[in-house]
Amino acid sequence: MKKISTILLALGLLASVSTAAKRITIKGSDTMVILGQRWAEEYMKAHPDVTIQVTGGGSGVGISALINGATDICESSRPMKQSEKDKLKERFFTTGVEIPVAKDGVTFYLNEANPLSELTLDQIKDIYTGKVTNWKQLGGEDAKIVPYGRENSSGTYVFVKDNILKGADFAPGTQTLPGTAAVVNAVSKDKNGIGYGGAAFAKGVKHTKVKKDAKSPGYEPTEANVKANLYPVSRDLYWYLKESPTGEVKKLVDWVLSPAGQAIVTKVGYFPVK
Amino acid sequence: MKRKSRAAEKVIELAIALVAMSTIASILLIFLFVIKEALPIFTSAKTQAEASLARFFSTAIWQPVSDWPRYGLAPLILGTLKVTFVALLFAIPVGVGAALFTSEFAPRKAKEFLKPIVEILAGIPSVVLGFFALIVLASLLQNAFGYGSRLNAFNAGIALSFAVIPTIFTISEDALAAVPKSLREASLALGADRWQTAWRVTLPGAQAGILASILLGLGRAIGETMIVLMASGNASLLTASLFDSTRSLSATIAAELGEVVFGDPHYNTLFFIGTLLFTMTFFVNLGAGMMVDRLKRKLAGKL
Repeated sequence: MKKISTILLALGLLASVSTAAKRITIKGSDTMVILGQRWAEEYMKAHPDVTIQVTGGGSGVGISALINGATDICESSRPMKQSEKDKLKERFFTTGVEIPVAKDGVTFYLNEANPLSELTLDQIKDIYTGKVTNWKQLGGEDAKIVPYGRENSSGTYVFVKDNILKGADFAPGTQTLPGTAAVVNAVSKDKNGIGYGGAAFAKGVKHTKVKKDAKSPGYEPTEANVKANLYPVSRDLYWYLKESPTGEVKKLVDWVLSPAGQAIVTKVGYFPVK
Repeated sequence: MKRKSRAAEKVIELAIALVAMSTIASILLIFLFVIKEALPIFTSAKTQAEASLARFFSTAIWQPVSDWPRYGLAPLILGTLKVTFVALLFAIPVGVGAALFTSEFAPRKAKEFLKPIVEILAGIPSVVLGFFALIVLASLLQNAFGYGSRLNAFNAGIALSFAVIPTIFTISEDALAAVPKSLREASLALGADRWQTAWRVTLPGAQAGILASILLGLGRAIGETMIVLMASGNASLLTASLFDSTRSLSATIAAELGEVVFGDPHYNTLFFIGTLLFTMTFFVNLGAGMMVDRLKRKLAGKL
């Protein structure tokens, strides 16, 4: 009995300590999880009294968490849908605060052995809708295209579906993998593979130059091209909050948008908004 | 003093009984919850406009996030069957073979480390096995067999067999070891050699236990999620080939439940899939339990 009460006491103490420290939770997009972690590390170095917890799961997961009140900050690689905003309003009587914190080009990866190096937006659409199934049809080798993508809980999936496929469905043969790192890994080992994801993860594969149409020049997802809006598939990355930030969260947001915070964006491989 | 300890014993007994009951109750409640979330498929007209039993099987396409959502379960069920088939195809001979070797032929010294080592295999987290299959095994198998799609049912099935082998091995080995020594001795005394004894006497004697081990392995294979999610490519194709990418029931739940809108037909459908999986594994495990029971009674001479 005595033991139990000691344990209870210890648990109680632990709980009170953890609520005393300043804690911020960040949850959402898998594309942004590394970026969020770097920010958190740097910020915690300068503010040892603050604990920031960063987790992924997907943009949709983060937004659900924000609506359920399970996270302070939601990272999302797509804008919030109207239906999600309505839900947030229903629960907290706020429409939420949207803060673009970085820019990202959705990169299409090809295996390094693939002779092709540029594709038009239409060609990418044809590959992912299943209209084109052989690299020969695009001027490559005579081999079946193996398209890789993300699960439908991913913000990148929705972005590509809305912006490249123009709302059409992915071909059933598209292999969906959990996480951008898995997609990059699969393409780096599959001669006939093509995949998509953020620029930050591209190692062992080459970035496809994307052309707006057959006549326009192809652009790589470099900082200059994204900033100048030349790269045809770029997007904003967001932080979502329930309401206007106050206290420690506000300090964090201000720091993320400061030159020091934006320098980390570049380091991780994305593009600054400021 | 004695009186006091009696009272304490009663309290402890009660506490243990309570814990046992709460386990059963929680399983029951989980099942009820899963069914409840799947219920709108049968009752709500609004849900049925998108997802109903008839719709599940009238299309071969699984495309839940779409302007025109389609919830064809056929490719997912086939995917689970394909992966499970490959896993058992490898796990049964290896698991039962290893068990037979360990219990009948291995010297005592070898036996002492063989069993723990195979059982350590059971402790490998499935996400680690899945990662191994995604990065290493997939390339190895593709180079060996030269098929087109790197991640497929075959790759996932082989990775899954690593998770199933320990189950089959441990229970088969226990069943073989439980065969009375007198049977073996009788066989050897009649002039049969060790191999004949193992094959014709011990193995049939442990039949029920081995069948049970296979059923438990089957249950594990049907429900296993992480390995299949990582190693199979998750394309919802309705093809017969084991070398095509494939999407299983369990991986579909794991991949999609995070994003889904509560109360949406997609949400209900995922819970329906959960009910399906729960029912399948429940009956498979029930069957296995009955087999083990039969074996025990048989060996005790009551059957």
